[in-house]
Amino acid sequence: MYNEVVMDHFRNPRNVGEIPDADGVGEVGNPACGDIMAFYIKVKDDRIEDVKFQTFGCGAAIAVSSMVSELAKGKTLDEAMKITNKSVLEALDGLPKKKHHCSNLGADALHRAIEDYRAKQAGRQFERPEDGPEVCSCPVCDVEDPEEAPYCATACERISSK
Amino acid sequence: MRIINMDHVAACPILPEVADAMIPFLKERFGNPSSMHSSGEQVSEAMEEARRHVAALINAKDSEIVFTSGGTEANNWALKGVVMASRAKGNHIITSSIEHFSIMHCVKTLEKQGVEVTRLPVDQFGMVDPADVKKAITPQTVLISVMHANNEVGTIQPIQEIGKIARERNILFHTDAVATAGVIPVDVDKLNVDLLSLAANPFYGPHGVGALYIRKGTRIAPLLDGGIQEQGLRAGTENILGIIGMGKAAEIVAKEMHNRIAHVLPLRDRLKKEIPEAIPEVALVGHPTERLPGNVSVVVRYVEGEAMLLFLDMEGIQIASGSACISRSLKVSHVMLAMGIDAGTAQGSLLFTLGVDNTNADVDEVLKVLPSIVQRLRDMSPLYKRSVRLKETG
Repeated sequence: MYNEVVMDHFRNPRNVGEIPDADGVGEVGNPACGDIMAFYIKVKDDRIEDVKFQTFGCGAAIAVSSMVSELAKGKTLDEAMKITNKSVLEALDGLPKKKHHCSNLGADALHRAIEDYRAKQAGRQFERPEDGPEVCSCPVCDVEDPEEAPYCATACERISSK
Repeated sequence: MRIINMDHVAACPILPEVADAMIPFLKERFGNPSSMHSSGEQVSEAMEEARRHVAALINAKDSEIVFTSGGTEANNWALKGVVMASRAKGNHIITSSIEHFSIMHCVKTLEKQGVEVTRLPVDQFGMVDPADVKKAITPQTVLISVMHANNEVGTIQPIQEIGKIARERNILFHTDAVATAGVIPVDVDKLNVDLLSLAANPFYGPHGVGALYIRKGTRIAPLLDGGIQEQGLRAGTENILGIIGMGKAAEIVAKEMHNRIAHVLPLRDRLKKEIPEAIPEVALVGHPTERLPGNVSVVVRYVEGEAMLLFLDMEGIQIASGSACISRSLKVSHVMLAMGIDAGTAQGSLLFTLGVDNTNADVDEVLKVLPSIVQRLRDMSPLYKRSVRLKETG
């Protein structure tokens, strides 16, 4: 089901773990949706000096997290903000289509960690946005029949109420 | 690497004797049973012999067995065929909330066409309460359909009791026995059923063939219209190859069933007991005793099923999971949700389905490999870290 690159990152994920004194922490997802990704960053001179992640999720979610951590390491914060879910997908040489949304949230989690760091620098509190369809973007969310997506019922309600 | 198949729910290996019985029908015995000439006649005779074995397996009469393309067709036919034939009588059917997709989705289709549906709840073990069946019956009820045993969680339903209620109220009763026919004793008279779906693969026959048992006198419309095959009930030239395989598999299991059960039961009970002993925060899913002899369904907290399944596969162990990430629909198993298991926990589902080819050494291997796979994934899981921290701080 998965290609070699994905399987390699799944089997030997890079940068797994937690940074207890992280400068920034970011998390996306919820267990009902299937995946949760948490990123921890250490920042020095505006660069990501170290990055670690923790992921609850399928093979794709683990591989995505691992790839994001590799892409982010050593980058300036601005550069890291430019990593997109799409560029992660490309770096992994593709994922099965059904995994495009729910498992491909790594870049979002990283961005939240950066925003968290920046907020702290500015003396603010970073508020984790609610995981709506635009972030959770689980593939069932764009299915018209709400019965098809019972696990993002709230997210889907948000769409339909818009 | 030695492959350990603990995914018999997906595929049982075809028995060598079954394959041998089928081969002539791939080659020289290619006749069409509807033909009047001798080649057709011979095939027709072989098909009727297969029918006898399948009928005997569930204590039915030969004429009450109609071959289908498998469990899905049998289930669709039972529901749609009875509803169609009962239009004048009523417009309400009763089913459960843990049925196989081939019932669940079929019911949804009927509902869209205006049929009234009651979906019975289940308890924490996945069991339907016959009292709920009684309560759900209305003067409009034309069919009750409750599966014999659930393929995902293994729970065996009180079919006999539900059948008794149906009979008292003169309502047709169907059971999807794909998970049980040829696996545990199934007797259409004891179970009080009017219709029963079965498939060949669970008793080591080929895929793509099954049957619907239709009690004599049951009013049912055909699902497929066409030629006059199967007493005019199921049109289309028969899947001879599959039918021969199914007949042979039924003939063998009639003698072998008790040995097979005696073989898998201790293996099942070992996994059921020893997995939770080896790994903390693992819960058995389904009924502790009223369950299929080869079914071990568990949920492992804080990790996701697909990731565990892939690591097990790398070790040669093949299993299934009800995790949303695995299903093509990306939905958590509706069966576990109906049992009150939350979607997050259900993500950690592992399903081991055992068969005649499994041994104690296979169980040893699972117990050797699984704990470290789970630990590895838990070490990666933010949920696990959080729960550990919560426990530390009390």
